[in-house]
Amino acid sequence: MSVLLAMFSAIAQGMLWAMLALGVYITFRLLDFADLTCEGSFAMGACISAVMTVTYHMNPFISLIFGFLGGAIAGTVTGLLNTKLKIPPILAGILSMISLYSINLRIMSDKANLPINVREEGVESMVTLVQKLLPESIRTMSQTTTVIAACIGVIFCVLSVAVLYWFFGTELGSAIRATGNNEKMIRALGVNTDHMKLVALALSNGFIALSGSLVAQNQKVADVGSGTGAIVIGLASIVIGEVLFAKATSFKWRLTGIIVGSIVYRMIVAIVLQLGMRSSDLKLLTAILVAVALSVPRLLQVKNGKGARS
Amino acid sequence: MLLLENVQKTFNAGTVNEKKALTGVDLNMNSKDFVTVIGGNGAGKSTMLNMIAGVYSIDKGKVVLNGRDLTREPEYKRAKYISRVFQDPMMGTAANMEIQENLALAYRRGKKRGLAWGITKDEKELFYEKLKVLGLGLEERMTSKVGLLSGGQRQALTLLMASLIRPELLLLDEHTAALDPKTAAKVLDVTENIIEEQSLSAIMVTHNMKDAIRLGNRLIMMHEGKIIYDVSGEAKKKLQVSDLLAKFEQASGGEFANDRMMLA
Repeated sequence: MSVLLAMFSAIAQGMLWAMLALGVYITFRLLDFADLTCEGSFAMGACISAVMTVTYHMNPFISLIFGFLGGAIAGTVTGLLNTKLKIPPILAGILSMISLYSINLRIMSDKANLPINVREEGVESMVTLVQKLLPESIRTMSQTTTVIAACIGVIFCVLSVAVLYWFFGTELGSAIRATGNNEKMIRALGVNTDHMKLVALALSNGFIALSGSLVAQNQKVADVGSGTGAIVIGLASIVIGEVLFAKATSFKWRLTGIIVGSIVYRMIVAIVLQLGMRSSDLKLLTAILVAVALSVPRLLQVKNGKGARS
Repeated sequence: MLLLENVQKTFNAGTVNEKKALTGVDLNMNSKDFVTVIGGNGAGKSTMLNMIAGVYSIDKGKVVLNGRDLTREPEYKRAKYISRVFQDPMMGTAANMEIQENLALAYRRGKKRGLAWGITKDEKELFYEKLKVLGLGLEERMTSKVGLLSGGQRQALTLLMASLIRPELLLLDEHTAALDPKTAAKVLDVTENIIEEQSLSAIMVTHNMKDAIRLGNRLIMMHEGKIIYDVSGEAKKKLQVSDLLAKFEQASGGEFANDRMMLA
């Protein structure tokens, strides 16, 4: 029974973390920009959302909007470092990530973590707010909070896939995809590729920060260190999704695959924890998972005598 | 129409790798001129095209197109008037995007890109008809990724994309050099047709002297960053490959131009 409950909770969490994977997908796969800002912007989303709800008693759902905007600004800064100051993508991301550590501590008034204490007067988390709307008999059932988190997750996943599918089908979105594909060509077709990078980085980090906000609301705590390894978690979700949806060619299904990948990743985590693995070893496991998933298709190709050159 | 005035460019100025790419190019091109450009490696042919397109900023001089001074305009703004086909077939198209998506991107050259849908139904029909004219069967594969096409097909598609919206100037940078002879001839045919049909103004860099003589109404030869020979009209029609070789020899002071020219 406890395994099933852990699985269910993993599915709910996976959907909240899926926004992170979608954000990483925008920069890594569509824009071809290895953006490390996400480690900082994920934590930034968490910090902003927690401070808004705890200190300012804001409705947690509205705090998500501020989380998203915070991330979008962080992404824009990385974009400006890269396009205007000509700093290479990886370094530009690292600079933003490091500065965000200090900025996040400022946002949290120098506290490394901030619990969203819903027993306090006027403070609500995303889940408790919904819970209060339910009739007494359902509200007190043991798994209600997980069900609410899962429902919120489903809504956000459906909305995100719809929005991203629409956006990357527009003229602007197509130009962004072309920028990631062949920058020289799209510039020759009259697109200011610097602007495309800024838009994509803002959107990507907005989604990543939104994920941070959602996860913090669900766990009722924000931590300045919560973004550590976010990039690898995002990549793990993407590669799992790509393996599971290997035959999917349409953009809709690729986005769906990423969300499924994020859920499966959380389930794998839940299983290894149930098997008695130390939670501190998780990041190592994730890194190995990504390394294997990225290299196996390549190694198979070499073995079959195809694509020996890079 | 196109006016280049004493255009100069030095790469890596002040370092050991200093390279004087253009040492003062003057060119006055008329509307509907089709100019072919020849010259040895490093003569500045590609650099001249890149300067016209705005890939790099120029050190000195002026680039004027139809009365507009483009000298300080960035590349993406000049794209409104100028379209290009590159030497590398991989360069002119987005490999991971569909054929019709590539055409839709080109159909918006120089226009503002907003939140309208990236490709409309009417456009798909237009692209179908345009692809049919190429005669490569691409019209039946409009949703295929461009990466699946051969180099020749990609180059033909790039040409179509470059002329989808009539450019004021078409720049062709050795666009058949990376293709096998048969495909190169086919792509050159497509080039001729498009330029003639839309009566475009075009500049074509080539290594093939026969092509340079056969095509276009004007021929210029470059050497060490300068235009050293400029011939048009009747005089150009009478040109022989041997005349050009003699010119080359004269320009390079006896020692001969590179062997790629020899084989051409």
